Amino acid sequence: METIHTRIWQEEAEPDNSFAAATCHCHGYDVYGDLLVHASWIEYLFLLFRGEAPSTQQARLLEGLAIALANPGPRDAAVHAAMCGGVGGSTSASCLMAALAVGAGASGGAREMRLAMEDWLACGTDLALWQTGLAANPVADPADVWPAPGHPAGFDPHGVRCATPVRQTLAYLAGLGYGTAQDCAPSLAWLQANRASLESAAGLPLAMHGVAAAALRDLGFSPAQGEMLHLLLRLPGAAVHALEQKDYGHKNFPFFRIELENDPGPANTSHAGDAA
Amino acid sequence: MNGPQLLEEHIGRLVTRMGAIFPGERAVFRGQDLFTSLGDLDWLELYAFSITGRRYTPQQMRVLHVIWTHTSYPDARLWNNRVAALAGTARSTGSLGIAAALAVSEAQIYGGVPQLRCCEFLTRAKIMVDEGADLEALVHTELKEKRGIGGYGRPIVPTDERIAPTMAIVREQGLENGPHLKLAFEVERILLEGRWRMHMNIVGLDAAICADFGMSPREFNYFFIPVFLAGMPPCYLDAAEKPEGLLFPLPCRVMLYEGVSHRPWRSKTPNI
Repeated sequence: METIHTRIWQEEAEPDNSFAAATCHCHGYDVYGDLLVHASWIEYLFLLFRGEAPSTQQARLLEGLAIALANPGPRDAAVHAAMCGGVGGSTSASCLMAALAVGAGASGGAREMRLAMEDWLACGTDLALWQTGLAANPVADPADVWPAPGHPAGFDPHGVRCATPVRQTLAYLAGLGYGTAQDCAPSLAWLQANRASLESAAGLPLAMHGVAAAALRDLGFSPAQGEMLHLLLRLPGAAVHALEQKDYGHKNFPFFRIELENDPGPANTSHAGDAA
Repeated sequence: MNGPQLLEEHIGRLVTRMGAIFPGERAVFRGQDLFTSLGDLDWLELYAFSITGRRYTPQQMRVLHVIWTHTSYPDARLWNNRVAALAGTARSTGSLGIAAALAVSEAQIYGGVPQLRCCEFLTRAKIMVDEGADLEALVHTELKEKRGIGGYGRPIVPTDERIAPTMAIVREQGLENGPHLKLAFEVERILLEGRWRMHMNIVGLDAAICADFGMSPREFNYFFIPVFLAGMPPCYLDAAEKPEGLLFPLPCRVMLYEGVSHRPWRSKTPNI
């Protein structure tokens, strides 16, 4: 028989039905007999990705990050996309698919998170390496499905100065590591201490992605795991704003104005095109 | 047989008449060789065949092509297209943006849901009228029970600019006398003469045409899944080619907050 290999999940079948699991173990823990009773959602999330239970500090850090990321608000492109589904009465799944598709991008999305985490892998807490990396322009790969990043990952391409929520999140998350027997947030602490130098090198203010990338590195996640978590953790806001706009209806949703630069006009629509 | 025994029967194998690839050799598509028997089909003919298992006349295919070309608008304000465009401005991939935009097209007030409902209504009404039912009474009942008829009325503007050019091609191909098409225009007449003042939109016309071509409501629904597709890549590309984040940027002042006043959080559960 063909098989599925996994190090994450183990099941034992019910005695009378091989298609129903009697026990499910996640990384060795009994999900319904132990975790359900004793673990929090955020602890279980950490366990799923990392394979080990988090320390109290790690759970607090992931919890704080999850709150910071849960809802970027209706101005965010991914949430905007989800609302485009909600307002037309599209299926719930399609609203989240829209949020995932747009929120996957290299500008404000999960791809940016991955790139920011790769920068952490390459530069660590070496300020000179960061300054060299941030000074270099991103190189476009014509054979890559991802468009070239337009700005250094983790920084706000349209920012004036580091926004208040970003500074609040960085201060809180970095503070979680202080005063504990095992410092669980060294990257966050270093980021807070060197934010001004990094912003100067990038020519842009730090964005939430930059904070989240440092937090996820401190939690031991790989860039690929960080990309996945970013997609997951931002879905709650997309979901509720999509539902809300469905209630408000399309007459209360922006439709914007368009200025067509090559309109052939009503009398000459049959053969006109971009060449007009 | 049911339950786990039924599942046991199907472990590790798929019994199907739909098709398979024989790597390095050939591909079978609904019982026919893709490269020989179906090799002369254009893409839309193959797509229609993939859903219905039936072939269509050249005249019917001309109309089916027009249905598609008249339904793809590269306007990034439209909600489904806007998803593709937002993917471009957020520097996501074209595949992600367009696939999500297609998924969003299965909406209640446009796209997938009205398409299916309209075709189901026209098909059902046609059968009932043939059996002697009164169409006006059927329309009244449908409006009373479902508060609308898919394919009639439009969320932004009352009329549909696609009706006339599509009908021109239908007439050109000599397909204007189909029974569902006649019934669809009769429904429009009833709706316009009543207090509803609803014109037929392109969904109503397309549903009637496809019903006349022998498509079931489900087949019509599946045929229409990618009908907005050609309008989406331009929306993605336009946003992707401009600087990031420039598509419909939203400042904080656009939000009109209507919720409760500010208040402090008081945790009712202990921390982790």
